[in-house]
Amino acid sequence: MSVANEAVTETAAPLLEVRDLKTHFPVREGFLVFERTVGQVKAVDGVSFSVARGETLGLVGESGCGKTTIGRCILKLVEPTGGEIRFDGKDVSGLEGGELKDFRRRVQAVFQDPYSSLNPRMTVAEIVAEPLLVHGMDKEPGERSRHVAKLLNLCGLPGNIAERYPHEMSGGQRQRVGIARALALNPDFIICDEAVSALDVSIQAQIIRLLEDLREELGLTYLFIGHDLSVVRHICHRVAVMYLGRIVETAECDELFDNPKHPYTKALLEAVPIPDPKIEAERAHSFLAGEVPSPMNPPSGCVFHPRCQLAVAGCREESPELIEYGQGHWAACPRVSAG
Amino acid sequence: MTELLEIQDLAVEFVTPIGRVQAVNGISYSVAEGEVVAVVGESGSGKSVSAQATLGLIPQPPGKITSGKIRFRGENLLELDDEAIRQVRGQRVAMIFQEPMTSLNPVLSIGRQLTEAMRLHLGLSKAEADARGIELLSLVGIPDPDRRLVQYPHQFSGGMRQRVMIAMALACEPELIIADEPTTALDVTIQAQILELMKDLSARLGVALIIITHNLGVVARYAHRVNVMYAGRIVERGNADAIYGNPAHPYTVGLLNSVPRMDKPRGSPLEPIPGNPPDPANLAPGCAFAPRCRFATERCVQEVPDFVELADGHAAACFEIEAVRREAAE
Ligand SMILES: Nc1ncnc2c1ncn2[C@@H]1O[C@H](COP(=O)(O)OP(=O)(O)OP(=O)(O)O)[C@@H](O)[C@H]1O
Ligand SMILES: Nc1ncnc2c1ncn2[C@@H]1O[C@H](COP(=O)(O)OP(=O)(O)OP(=O)(O)O)[C@@H](O)[C@H]1O
Ligand SMILES: [Mg+2]
Ligand SMILES: [Mg+2]
Repeated sequence: MSVANEAVTETAAPLLEVRDLKTHFPVREGFLVFERTVGQVKAVDGVSFSVARGETLGLVGESGCGKTTIGRCILKLVEPTGGEIRFDGKDVSGLEGGELKDFRRRVQAVFQDPYSSLNPRMTVAEIVAEPLLVHGMDKEPGERSRHVAKLLNLCGLPGNIAERYPHEMSGGQRQRVGIARALALNPDFIICDEAVSALDVSIQAQIIRLLEDLREELGLTYLFIGHDLSVVRHICHRVAVMYLGRIVETAECDELFDNPKHPYTKALLEAVPIPDPKIEAERAHSFLAGEVPSPMNPPSGCVFHPRCQLAVAGCREESPELIEYGQGHWAACPRVSAG
Repeated sequence: MTELLEIQDLAVEFVTPIGRVQAVNGISYSVAEGEVVAVVGESGSGKSVSAQATLGLIPQPPGKITSGKIRFRGENLLELDDEAIRQVRGQRVAMIFQEPMTSLNPVLSIGRQLTEAMRLHLGLSKAEADARGIELLSLVGIPDPDRRLVQYPHQFSGGMRQRVMIAMALACEPELIIADEPTTALDVTIQAQILELMKDLSARLGVALIIITHNLGVVARYAHRVNVMYAGRIVERGNADAIYGNPAHPYTVGLLNSVPRMDKPRGSPLEPIPGNPPDPANLAPGCAFAPRCRFATERCVQEVPDFVELADGHAAACFEIEAVRREAAE
């Protein structure tokens, strides 16, 4: 499926390229000497995509489909089983020394739960300054605290918050601190893994606006992982829909939402609520039956076939390739026209 | 419509080391037989506490119900003794809690947890209760219910655990189910399945339903009436068409403008509500929303607004409704 993105990215070299990424986790049973591997979770099973400079790619799909695992592979927190990740033209698996350090500076992440991702015993100023210390930047304390103040201000936090601890702040404020920390080293690429999912709607909108403003001001590139499709539609340029470790559809944002092809994408879109009872009353809802199957024991052929209304006998046997249905619009389903 | 549940002027406070927390500050709403009512508001606004008060589940101390009546079929639940309220809770009113992980007991089988209340309250034998347990599991859409009955919570996915909670809530044929954020932790597809299931069961079995949520969008399809809460008070109430189509309180308008909408052109900017929710231990004297409100005047900072009736059953507690309406009309 590596061809899938060439249409979109042929104009400039992408900042991030992921090719045929596989991440299989062993499943163990028993303990001590009796422990043995009884199977594998194919958390990511042959995923390819690329992200252009300045672009925001959305990654969506149900719980357990492998979104976070992809993010962790890119961050080099998990060793992939196969495939290749290239950042700014370089294979990240071979990075060492100064190059590795530079990569770690340029690629940052913002996670879902601002509470558990901030050290409870550090003040806001210490949390935001920590990456600067680790990377030996702004060595002079005065310079460092000026930089921290600038970052807090950039993220819409009042200056007097610097001496507070995480438990003394609201969820939205904690998420802003997490973003300020991610920005400290002046990164190019930020992985937002459910970065707004845990927040109240009124606060969620503030953080979305902040992420959009920062993207514009600092020229950032995002991989935006989320399960709320209306949020993903709002913030992303392009979207990849995942199901059980694979990408089943990818397209420009408008194209994907206006003209979905894969039956799974269609079902996902129909499940998104619209805050208007009149529209809801007239809207089609073909609720997806069943639940996401276990990635340890995925169905044969097309992994979506047990829940698919279009499935025919062939779907149980053959795993479908991505087919190009329009410019840059790919879907892994040969039965699209049957819908 | 006959009112099944009537909450009148309910107030609940907690005494904590940092001071007195007015968690619920004089709220009133009612639920008719078979009706689906939504309670919407952000974290800390008092949604769960008001539901817990209904079932006598407020830990006292630190909690205290300082005023109000909760009438269920005319009877004030706040005056019942422990034994009587336990009867109501087990049998006539059921609750589905916010976290399905923590509200199922990990060491008891699903069947045991599902049938215990039926044996206790309906006096069924083990065989009768098991048969009904199987029936309930299939009613909520769990395949192979007889095999599932002997399994434990960890063998169920999040969505299936939430279905079990619904089955448990239905076990004693209650007249009212209170569902506290029943789907917040679930995927959109599963969330839609569960809400649809609850609405369907409510219509088929005539059970009334209170759905508590922080996301107005989620309940548009399901609620007949909506109550919007902010800082321990209801600030707007009305039928769903009025609340979504013609909101009058600036907070409700703000909530609706905060969510990106799939039916609107992409790129329409979000209009977040500025600022943060208030600290319930430290509420200012006037309207609690005033510090975040574009329409706030001097009066709003000093006085708490009363409800203004706008149309049949539609009311908002705001001094500046006309200004809000004028802006909406533009
Ligand atoms: N370290 C690990 N060891 C074993 N299995 C793992 C590990 N990390 C993830 N998995 C499994 O891999 C699959 C994908 O998990 P992942 O966290 O990437 O999903 P996700 O799409 O981010 O889901 P969510 O929306 O719930 O965050 C899941 O089945 C998960 O249980
Ligand atoms: N046992 C308790 N002791 C002290 N304060 C409490 C207790 N339970 C609730 N509160 C306080 O009462 C207020 C209302 O809480 P409640 O749980 O009703 O909020 P909620 O609207 O359900 O929020 P969420 O959306 O986060 O569930 C909060 O300020 C909370 O901190
Ligand atoms: Mg994840
Ligand atoms: Mg709650």
